[in-house]
Amino acid sequence: MAVTREEVLQVAALARLRLEEDEVERFTAQLNDILSHMEELEAVDVEGVEAIGAVAEWNAPLREDDVAPDSLRVPPSELAPSWREGFFTVPRVAALDVSELDEPFEDKATVPSEGRVEPEDLGGGAK
Amino acid sequence: MRYEPVIGLEIHVQLKTATKMFCGNSAEFGAEPNTHVCPVCLGLPGALPVVNRRAIELGVRAALGLHCTVHETSVFARKNYFYPDLPKGYQITQYDRPLATDGWLDVPVDGEADGEPARVRIRRIHLEEDAGKSLHDRFPGETAVDLNRAGVPLIEIVTEPDLATPAHARAFLTRLKQVLEYLEVSDCDMEKGSLRVDANVSVRPAGSDRLGTKTEVKNMNSFANVERALNFEIERQSKVLAAGGVIESQTLLWDAARGEARPMRSKEESHDYRYFPEPDLPPLVIGRAEIEAIGEALPELPDAKERRFREQYGLPAYDAGVLTATREVADYFEAVAAAAGDPKAASNWIMTEVLAWLNQQQCAITDFPVPPEHIAQLIGLVADGTVSSSLGRQVFARMVETGKPPATIVEEEGLAQVRDTGQLEVWVDEVIAAHPAEAERFRGGEQKLIGFFMGQVMRKSGGKADPRQATEILRRKLGG
Amino acid sequence: MRPVREIARDVAAGRVSALDVVRSSLDAIEREDRGPDGLNAFLAFDRTRAEASAAEIDRGRGKEGGAKPLLGVPVAVKDNLCTLDLPTTCGSRMLEGFRSPYEATAIRKLREAGAIIVGKTNLDEFAMGSSTENSAFGPTRNPHDRGRVPGGSSGGSAAAVAAGMVPAALGSETGGSIRQPAAFCGVVGIKPTYGRVSRYGLVAFASSLDQIGTFGRTVEDAALLLEAISGHDPFDSTSADRPAPDLTSGIDAGVAALVVGVPKEYFPDELDPRIAALCRESIERLRAAGAEIREISLPHTRYAIPAYYLLAPAEASSNLARFDGVHYGLRAPDARSTGDVYDESRSIGFGPEVKRRIMLGTYALAAGHYDQYYGRAQRVRGLIARDFRRVFDDGVHVIFTPTTPSVACRFGEWVDDPYQMYLADIFTVTANLAAIPGISLPIGTVEGLPAGGQFLADRWDEATMVRAAAALERALKE
Repeated sequence: MAVTREEVLQVAALARLRLEEDEVERFTAQLNDILSHMEELEAVDVEGVEAIGAVAEWNAPLREDDVAPDSLRVPPSELAPSWREGFFTVPRVAALDVSELDEPFEDKATVPSEGRVEPEDLGGGAK
Repeated sequence: MRYEPVIGLEIHVQLKTATKMFCGNSAEFGAEPNTHVCPVCLGLPGALPVVNRRAIELGVRAALGLHCTVHETSVFARKNYFYPDLPKGYQITQYDRPLATDGWLDVPVDGEADGEPARVRIRRIHLEEDAGKSLHDRFPGETAVDLNRAGVPLIEIVTEPDLATPAHARAFLTRLKQVLEYLEVSDCDMEKGSLRVDANVSVRPAGSDRLGTKTEVKNMNSFANVERALNFEIERQSKVLAAGGVIESQTLLWDAARGEARPMRSKEESHDYRYFPEPDLPPLVIGRAEIEAIGEALPELPDAKERRFREQYGLPAYDAGVLTATREVADYFEAVAAAAGDPKAASNWIMTEVLAWLNQQQCAITDFPVPPEHIAQLIGLVADGTVSSSLGRQVFARMVETGKPPATIVEEEGLAQVRDTGQLEVWVDEVIAAHPAEAERFRGGEQKLIGFFMGQVMRKSGGKADPRQATEILRRKLGG
Repeated sequence: MRPVREIARDVAAGRVSALDVVRSSLDAIEREDRGPDGLNAFLAFDRTRAEASAAEIDRGRGKEGGAKPLLGVPVAVKDNLCTLDLPTTCGSRMLEGFRSPYEATAIRKLREAGAIIVGKTNLDEFAMGSSTENSAFGPTRNPHDRGRVPGGSSGGSAAAVAAGMVPAALGSETGGSIRQPAAFCGVVGIKPTYGRVSRYGLVAFASSLDQIGTFGRTVEDAALLLEAISGHDPFDSTSADRPAPDLTSGIDAGVAALVVGVPKEYFPDELDPRIAALCRESIERLRAAGAEIREISLPHTRYAIPAYYLLAPAEASSNLARFDGVHYGLRAPDARSTGDVYDESRSIGFGPEVKRRIMLGTYALAAGHYDQYYGRAQRVRGLIARDFRRVFDDGVHVIFTPTTPSVACRFGEWVDDPYQMYLADIFTVTANLAAIPGISLPIGTVEGLPAGGQFLADRWDEATMVRAAAALERALKE
């Protein structure tokens, strides 16, 4: 059940954490150690046991469809690290992050002016 | 080698609630950016979701209207990924225990309203929250994010790959939109984004039952574009296979301006969303009695209404289809038909005059200034000869302009048909006297000239001569 | 510091001014907490605002009917609870300086009960840890020995009460983060039944385990605070539709005829024998006071730590995804792409323990792993809950165990061996997994360092465990 270095890098990419080399090594060792202790769970007989998802003993309570949001004492503009004319802003999401390429590229797709691009095309990412 | 397409659709539909799925913010479209936000939909630390009752009702309604099995217990789950318009870093959706499964919708094939409709199976319908909006071209070099839409309730409708052609897919979407509008669960407005479509398409040799590799096509902003995009992709895939190539599983974006679908950066493996049950929400339970109550309160759906219009009012299939395009038109028609006691006339007037006017004015029948009773009255006035049918159209135009009832207009503007034989004889005499040559020819056997004389009589009478009587008098006086 | 009940009563009666009370608390904070040898229990406190609130209470006294139960009582709250007028940092660079635009329901209830919130206390970053050494703003010191940890993650709140800076404080638990520091610092700590207190405004670590709880110098003080913050909240779908419990009117009822279960699995070899001895002595006192002592078994106890350390990090990995540098909190400067905004902000903003748990949790949920890790841990959790269910159905009223296997360790002992640190929770996580309430109280010392014993009770039965704890507290004083 060993966790490989590659898996650690994949997991870091999913979790959007950029790890330094020494962190990768340390986490690989520590995750393996922690997970080795979890091995004893495999021996447990869980036959017929319901998984406890939400712990509440009741069903999801339902809220009436009346406009009544919890108020914000300060507007979102004061929380935002970057804000312009009423919008949160981030560097432009691009289907192809040009700065990361070594060689010339062919523009395979442009991003529509509005809407979703696939999640992993945000650029950056652990190498 | 002929290839046949296999198409499946995923449709996201915004539910017509006043507030968002998990918080009390307004769900209304079009507000100033980032003004309908609160700790919950902003994903602030410590915020928690609370389910909107009305969203559940509308979801159940949609599921029942699409003949699904609605599950009394369903479970919310988290779909984890990063995107700037997804403030929590996960979307609350439903995964392995959705609201409803195993439904269907019958769709007329190739516009053949009388033919056997093709049944499209619906695999599942589940509830989820919408994400915010990302605008990539508003500010150079930046993506702007508006979270007003974050948290708006959605249902996702997933079909089986039962759609046989792009035209069929388009017909399905048209029918689906119609059904959802009938159910009043959504505005279904693609321009406002309250209905969005993604397609999965593959091709296979005609007659084969193995599925080919499919691609996903996104960014189609109208049903017409869905059809165009699918046609493009089917042709592309067919060419690749015919040349001995292999289809790459990927996502393509439809570019309507260029008329082509272009691939995103291809991914080696599909995204890992790490679904798990939402720990902030206990299971969603809807009692069997409540589901049944919602089912009983469903309005008559389009196919049933169409059938009834054909049977009850004796309308041809095409007319029934037009008149049931929306519930509002159908209701209007029935009001007119009932008041006038003449469904055929009601159908004619609505199809030719009312819908034409609405189409030209780009407005909906709910904004139509003429109440159904007035149309019925007009029908009556024409039927009893008070007004000629050609002048009737003029009266209609005036009704729309002024909002006044037809009888008033006829009286005020003196449009009543003239049936006074005395007056008619005067006009007929004048017309015959003015055209002796034609009168001779008529008596000589050119019976067709009656039309010419009628035209003259109508002109002289300002259109008000009762055509039947005038014709009779003309024939009598012309002799022959 | 006098008992909470007396403070509230005296302030209401005008025998003492709220301003004097809050001033002595603030003076103690300045004396004990600040400076190079200070305890560093507080990350923020606002003297001006606290005194203003006190002055307002003094002005308004007698004008409202009905005495507020916490009138004028200075309270400290853990810095993972959102407050309007002080920053909420969760002990992390990610939220350094963050001003929450809304307030936690529990905080609102404290204010409604008349309490004065004097400051935010230190914690392991995002409540992940058992020593408060994982705070980005330096560790808190144990008032009993400043070279040792106060426990965690609610180390700041425990130390603040132990040092007499405030009579009571709020903390939070996911795997024992109130009871364990209470034991290390020699104070009382209560974790209520899951769903008893609203989590709205508690920055989430593991949603199905988190609960807000209380610290006090005495059982009664901690219980009074818990009463004030309990109750249904429409903003939290996991909060129970039950009124706040009455924990104090029967608090002196004693333990006569109460059946106290003592589980053999909680006295393993890893338990410091001196703590074991203190527990046995406490058990004798309970017996002398009229309780029936019954040996019981909770057979799945040994699976609690592995199950917990799969479930909690998994939920945490999802809960912490919102810290992405986009809408609030730290954003790394010079990020050239959206991906960089995420990767850099999260790398700078999170400390190593948080990163480790996010990695562990992401791994546990990853495709192909779910059934083996998260799925299985959920079901083991079900078995642990069932163990308790059987015991309570069998007539046991409360369960008594040691709170921790050892007393407070020195700084740095756990840094290189995270699993060692995880084992400190061995007696506490079971209650979190089973969603039952627990209370830890001091039962003696080992070489001058406090040791704690805990009572666990059935869901919704805080009143019985508070009563048992109060009886033991009384007996140990004699």
